[in-house]
Amino acid sequence: MNYDEILSIAPYSLNKQEKTEMLTKRMKELTKRHIETCEPYNRMMNSIDFNLDQIKKYEDVPFLPVRLFKELDLKSVSDDEIFKTMTSSGTSGQAVSKIYLDKTTASNQQKTMVKIVSDFTGAGRMPMLIIDCPSVIKNRSMFSARGAGILGFSMFGADKTYALNDEMQLDVEGIQAFLKKHDGERIFLFGFTFMIWQHFYKELLRLKAEGISFDLSKGILIHGGGWKKLTSEAVSPEEFHKDLKDVCGLDSIHDYYGMVEQTGCIYMQCECGHLHASIFSDVIMRNPTDFSICKKGETGIIQVVSAIPESYPGHSLLTEDEGILLGEDDCPCGRKGKYFKVIGRLKNAEIRGCSDTYAAKFK
Amino acid sequence: MQQNSNNFDEMNVQYCVGDAVIMSQLVDAPSKIPFDESIINFLALVSKKLLSMNEAKEFPDVITLGFWMRKASIESLKRRFEVSDESAVKRGRGVVFHIAPSNVPVNYAYSLVTGLLCGNKNVIRIPSKDFNQVTIINRVINDALTEMPEIKPYICLIKYGHDAAVNDKLSEIADVRVIWGGDNTINEIRNSKMKPRATEITFADRYSLAVIDSNAYLKAENKDKIAQNFYNDTYLTDQNACTSPRAVVWTGDKITEAKEQFWDMLHKILIKKYSISGVQSVNKLTSGYILAAMKPGVKKITSGDNLIIRMQVPSLTSDLMEIKDNSGYFFEYDCKDIYEIREFCNDTRCQTLAYIGSKEQIKPLIMSDILGIDRVVPIGETMNFDFMWDGYNLFERMTRNIVIK
Repeated sequence: MNYDEILSIAPYSLNKQEKTEMLTKRMKELTKRHIETCEPYNRMMNSIDFNLDQIKKYEDVPFLPVRLFKELDLKSVSDDEIFKTMTSSGTSGQAVSKIYLDKTTASNQQKTMVKIVSDFTGAGRMPMLIIDCPSVIKNRSMFSARGAGILGFSMFGADKTYALNDEMQLDVEGIQAFLKKHDGERIFLFGFTFMIWQHFYKELLRLKAEGISFDLSKGILIHGGGWKKLTSEAVSPEEFHKDLKDVCGLDSIHDYYGMVEQTGCIYMQCECGHLHASIFSDVIMRNPTDFSICKKGETGIIQVVSAIPESYPGHSLLTEDEGILLGEDDCPCGRKGKYFKVIGRLKNAEIRGCSDTYAAKFK
Repeated sequence: MQQNSNNFDEMNVQYCVGDAVIMSQLVDAPSKIPFDESIINFLALVSKKLLSMNEAKEFPDVITLGFWMRKASIESLKRRFEVSDESAVKRGRGVVFHIAPSNVPVNYAYSLVTGLLCGNKNVIRIPSKDFNQVTIINRVINDALTEMPEIKPYICLIKYGHDAAVNDKLSEIADVRVIWGGDNTINEIRNSKMKPRATEITFADRYSLAVIDSNAYLKAENKDKIAQNFYNDTYLTDQNACTSPRAVVWTGDKITEAKEQFWDMLHKILIKKYSISGVQSVNKLTSGYILAAMKPGVKKITSGDNLIIRMQVPSLTSDLMEIKDNSGYFFEYDCKDIYEIREFCNDTRCQTLAYIGSKEQIKPLIMSDILGIDRVVPIGETMNFDFMWDGYNLFERMTRNIVIK
């Protein structure tokens, strides 16, 4: 099954049965490909006596823990076919994921992302306000998930303008000029959840008290990067949305969930506040005790499958996040497929014993 | 230098037993002879209090400690270690500074009792985490000290973080330094200088294994008890104690049958007693795949869930310990000749060999000039503390020998 065929399907148009049929076929092909072309993957599959006939549904494809991409070099193409190597962000001193992309996989990632995001933003580029500082992509040493995210989403924007200066202060005049220039147009805003709260929302709130306000009611905001830092400030997603609306009229706000190991297949938050799986990928919640599939409403470890990865064996991965499946094919927003909620990182268990290797591994 | 060090008012620690004044008295107090009667009586008092305390009953590790400190148990230690040679007299070496491991709640108490029985004055960095076991034991010690205040200058239990100034100060007054907690802690503490005559006992990162004779296992009638013993050796400490077997080696000619029963009996216990977190499950999955990717021929066997992960390896080598895991993750090896595991044991990090069957089958391996293995004990006894520990005779290391001719 060619990925172009899948790309021709609208991203939220298949029901459970249709999606299962399509995705199972593709996932089986990808599994076969990686067994044949990635020797470490082949050995892993051998270690569990896996063979392709065991795949009745895409749920049956074994999942690799995402940390494997930090510990091992996993690629299913020869070195001269590697077009780009992506690395994950990581706190300093930590190992980073290395994801090897050939031209096909890289291009399919981009095409997929366009299909998914345009379902929310509509076709065509909008003037784009990036809630970050310019140096985040200029400075190579700072280049990270933040930079990659900005670059990735930049393809949906025109006249890209940074809302913050390199001192992380709001560029009030710059924003005023940008909004004046695009008066009446829809505006695309993008940034990381914590940055938006800390350097954008809080500043807007302060300015409003001084009588300076911005009208962003025609804006659409996409933000990602997780809630971890905001949870410590006790800001819920609902408050985040409401407070932003109150301060600048911004009402179209979409969080997303995604990871460098499966770039392209992002999970966008719909108007009803649910994260959605497109037809290009899926989430499966796994029980921590036996990795069985959780029922709707049960908390589990999030497995992600993606139809994209051809150049590295990352088509079925076990994340280190917990989530809950909320439903399938019946979200009031009208999109088909699973919708779910991410709870956050797996809690670090307190390990007994006198060896201290554990802490080093999972800090 | 000695005078200055006797003032402990400025030392930034939290005292759980003792205080800054006791610390000064501790430095000046005389060492005792090993198995001094006052110490034996004090430990008997602590033991009695622990064993009669309702709160302590919830904690098997506290109860085990209580039994170990009973007068009868101490008397048997005394019989084993006391010298009868009249031309040699023993005394404590002086101040023993112990650094206890942070993740094993009762370990510090064993270290303390050893120091006391050898006649020493003890200052111990205890785990900073609030383990219930630690609270209970400390309360009983404090209680016993009010009844026997003459023992006060022999015990100070303190908590502090990674504070080099405290390490320096306590190392400076120590005659013996005992470092538990593995390689990283040892390296950190070794930045602090000691007196020229001071000695050190270090418990570095170690690994252990189990050797099961399949024929002997199948003949055993107490398979429930064996499973429980193995559980205590491994899962009770999340398989993360240095004594917990990481590898299970099978010998004899009924391996397949024995394995099936052994792991099945263990699984029955685990379902009742052990809960595994998401992080532990994901780690075990990760470790298994890393091993499989690195070593061809590895097969993984699970208990149908994530509780027991067995990695069948085509050869058992010490480099596997670079990719070990815990919480129920075992390297498993079918062994035809005991010398096949020689490489695994020929490593200074290899500590305890736990066995089922006859220890005679192990002896040729031990006698074959290997660098590792300090203990060969039946399964179920890997954690049983003794003065002979980790290859050291702690009694010898914590006493001074005076020759009178």
